[in-house]
Amino acid sequence: MSPRITLATAARVLRQLRHDRRTLALVLVVPPVLLTLFRYVFDGQEATFDRVGGPLVGLFPFISMFLVTSIAMLRERTGGTLERLMSMPLGKLDLLLGYALAFALLATVQATLTAGVAFGLLGLDTAGPVWLVVVLAVGNALLGMALGLFLSAFASTEFQAVQFMPAVVIPQLLLGGLLVPRERMAEVLEWASAVLPLTYAYDALERATQIGDLDTELWLDVAVLSGSIALALALGALTLSRRTP
Amino acid sequence: MLNSTAISVSGLRVRRGGSLVLPDLSLTVAAGTVTGLLGPSGSGKTTLMRAIVGVQQVEAGTVTVLGESAGAPVLRHRVGYVTQAPSVYGDLTVRENLRYFASVLGVATGRVESAIATVDLGPHAGQLVRTLSGGEMSRVSLAAALLGEPDVLVLDEPTVGLDPVLRRDLWETFHRLAETGTTLLVSSHVMDEAERCDELVLMREGRVVATGPPGALLERTGARDLEGAFLALAEAREAS
Repeated sequence: MSPRITLATAARVLRQLRHDRRTLALVLVVPPVLLTLFRYVFDGQEATFDRVGGPLVGLFPFISMFLVTSIAMLRERTGGTLERLMSMPLGKLDLLLGYALAFALLATVQATLTAGVAFGLLGLDTAGPVWLVVVLAVGNALLGMALGLFLSAFASTEFQAVQFMPAVVIPQLLLGGLLVPRERMAEVLEWASAVLPLTYAYDALERATQIGDLDTELWLDVAVLSGSIALALALGALTLSRRTP
Repeated sequence: MLNSTAISVSGLRVRRGGSLVLPDLSLTVAAGTVTGLLGPSGSGKTTLMRAIVGVQQVEAGTVTVLGESAGAPVLRHRVGYVTQAPSVYGDLTVRENLRYFASVLGVATGRVESAIATVDLGPHAGQLVRTLSGGEMSRVSLAAALLGEPDVLVLDEPTVGLDPVLRRDLWETFHRLAETGTTLLVSSHVMDEAERCDELVLMREGRVVATGPPGALLERTGARDLEGAFLALAEAREAS
């Protein structure tokens, strides 16, 4: 691994995005627009909007980066650029961290923008600091990126890659506590939710926006989330092989 | 470097997607030569090249490049590989692609402009790769392989769809590189490219049919052209 190659990779990924203005615009504009939609759908039920709005700010980057990374990596795999890089003096970590850096930066912009709209214009309240929501959002973006990178190895077409999004993301959103508190679920579902990383992401966001205490529970969530990111990245690294059949 | 061996393959067996692509292949490539790997589509040229670059899972046999086992980390600086499909980023410009690969290889960015000039893409340097024609795209891919000035260049059908003038120029570039000691292994399914090579390896159905300089192959078979020589050699092999 070398910092030069890692940074060059991050710069390259960002340059690719810069040439794809429409994707960039969608990544940045869709979350604030959706959140605005939520606000008016729940018009008159401010309590509900207050409950799910804050966590949503932090969950959008997970979905965006999962999608963007799974397609970007699928292209690297099928377009031959991954094979070229693997025959060059590039470490697998250079590639993983390069992508992570680039998407963390994009997620920071996305989450800051979404948070600005949510807490500034839509009147959403958060008990904890806004920066904490943004930091958790960036963490979720990295988790989405790492999972997207790993799962891209199991897709052979872009159609399949796109279908991984509902398959991987929606169950986690359903079970994570966003719609129904986990303790009100059937026991089996609650167990299932306990092994899904987004559950901890949601819990952390809920604590940050509803309770506002930077307590031990929140740090436990952050620890589980960090471990999940590391595990997903390690699994992703396993799918980058220098020799292929 | 003359007469020394750059690539040596022995007893190579490769299975891809359930079928035995290379049953048992042995081959040596002399350093500082332009060796043409010729054969019809599906004869195993790409698989052999992938094994030499070290990106192919092999079942048996040894592949040695510059005295190291193929795919060894030290070879990643010394072996350049151009795949048949242009392995470059469509959503970057020509120059951005090459700058990225230059920093991965750790070569000065000054090399980027000379590589662009070699493949004659100067006027397109600032253009997005996905807006280029197929031939132009494969030239970007070739330029990326030239950046690191590798000792061994493995080129999979690098001149397909190119303008005849540029094709001639590229073959001149290949020979100029060989004169400075670079070993080039160039695959093609077009027989008229064969006469531009110092050495030929004729392949068919995963086996080496014949090897030698173009002149010697013509002499051996008494054929008028290399297409005829290939036919004669393939038929002789089938009869035996």
